[in-house]
Amino acid sequence: MEELHKSPAYPDRDRLYKGPIAIIECIEEIPCNPCEAACSNGAITIGESITNLPKMDFEKCVACGRCIPACPGLAIYIKDYTYSDTKALLSFPYEYYPLPEVNDIVEAVDRHGNTLCQAKVIKVRNPKSNDHTAVVTIEYPKEYFEEVISIKRIK
Amino acid sequence: MIQTELAIVGAGPAGLSAAIEARRAGADVLLIDENARPGGQLFKQIHKFFGSRAHKAGTRGINIGTELLRESQELGIRTCLKGEVCGIENGQNLWVVIDRNRSEIVKAKKIILATGATENAVAFPGWDLPGIMGAGAAQTMINVNRVLPGRKVLMLGSGNVGVIVSYQLLQAGADVVAVLEAAPKLGGYGVHTAKVARAGVPFYVSHTVKQAFGTDHVEAVEIVKLDASFNQIPGTERIMEADTVCLATGLTPLTELAWLAGCKFKYLPALGGHLPIHDDRMRTTKENIFVAGDITGIEEASTAMEEGRLAGINAAADLGYISEEEAKIRSREIWDSLNCLRSGYFGQKRRESKDLMLQTGNEVIQWKIH
Repeated sequence: MEELHKSPAYPDRDRLYKGPIAIIECIEEIPCNPCEAACSNGAITIGESITNLPKMDFEKCVACGRCIPACPGLAIYIKDYTYSDTKALLSFPYEYYPLPEVNDIVEAVDRHGNTLCQAKVIKVRNPKSNDHTAVVTIEYPKEYFEEVISIKRIK
Repeated sequence: MIQTELAIVGAGPAGLSAAIEARRAGADVLLIDENARPGGQLFKQIHKFFGSRAHKAGTRGINIGTELLRESQELGIRTCLKGEVCGIENGQNLWVVIDRNRSEIVKAKKIILATGATENAVAFPGWDLPGIMGAGAAQTMINVNRVLPGRKVLMLGSGNVGVIVSYQLLQAGADVVAVLEAAPKLGGYGVHTAKVARAGVPFYVSHTVKQAFGTDHVEAVEIVKLDASFNQIPGTERIMEADTVCLATGLTPLTELAWLAGCKFKYLPALGGHLPIHDDRMRTTKENIFVAGDITGIEEASTAMEEGRLAGINAAADLGYISEEEAKIRSREIWDSLNCLRSGYFGQKRRESKDLMLQTGNEVIQWKIH
């Protein structure tokens, strides 16, 4: 987590809690740049050398979610702390079948796959342009805002 | 006897890319592969590739393979499938065993060896039990043949192959009980590792398999902790239930044909061991023979495709289809892209080794363009 907070793509605490925001967990210099072009607002910059880390301009990010399925590393998600009084929102990439369905109650997990809480599926988007990387949106209790990263695979 | 201007051995990403460039320039190309289908390992790579947008990054390997095949068919590239190249002489004759029941001599003016690599195995008591296999073999089973090798998989090796195949086994419906890594730190890209970690798979660094148990199939595995010198630490053993063990313990370039042809070699451990010396046009020390892809060092499909293009362009130039000047300009562009792919923390070592290879290659390779 410490490494993550140092990354030029991770928002500071104020921004993270201010409203919907795309977060890129990409902290290694690997040769990759599709996220840069995926953002139509020019919020993500890699630059000339494709091993640069992505930089996020948090003022330009409108949390549209186009970068989520574009990242080959499945390392981008959107979080919204302000979703409701008690619930936060997370949109994340999901590449397992079966896909969850809207209103399903699923288990929300942290970066090590530990179940932290239950979550409700709000939206599942899997258009052809996503090339089989579905984007799932869940609402979950605010107290787990930072830790929750995905859901347990549905078998 | 089959005659051709350019014979390419191996129809993976490097061989296909070489064939497309050379054919586009006008050369008569014969692409030979021992498998029933071309594409090499591309068709089992169901994940989205990294790399530059300009070079198909974000596209799944299987779709890159389909695209390369479509291009090669449109260009009318001749292919010889189920053709094992078993011999090479004088830098121009290939002995090809077809369908394991007849053989042909292919006479070529130029040859590109794009033979790829093979998986390394590690031996431990019980390693010959059914259910213990290369990670690449498991990947072929699930992604090409759609057969699950088992339900509870133990992965040995945390490099990119180990974590990518672990993820794909999860996608195929299996459970991965653990990923073991003999080194004190994990080997793969963090984003691949993170996908597997958040699926709840435990990672054990400084661990290996001590032995596997089972009667007619692996049923359990004893794992053990390793010290800094990779010696097993007695008393740290524990048993894990598993019906499949995947070995993702590295790859070795398939260099037999280059040895057989009489190419000179250089030892570069960061790239996988003994490698045929090549220059910046991908020419070997043996006149008329070029190399591209993993035979020149273990890397990724993205670099293999670029090296293949380099070899294809320069072989075509050698055959007189592309001017010396144009070949130089296009080669330089490809080198820029290769250097880009070989930058950063993960690429640096490979870049340094490649530079050493080119230094040697450009010094010792003198055969002239005809």
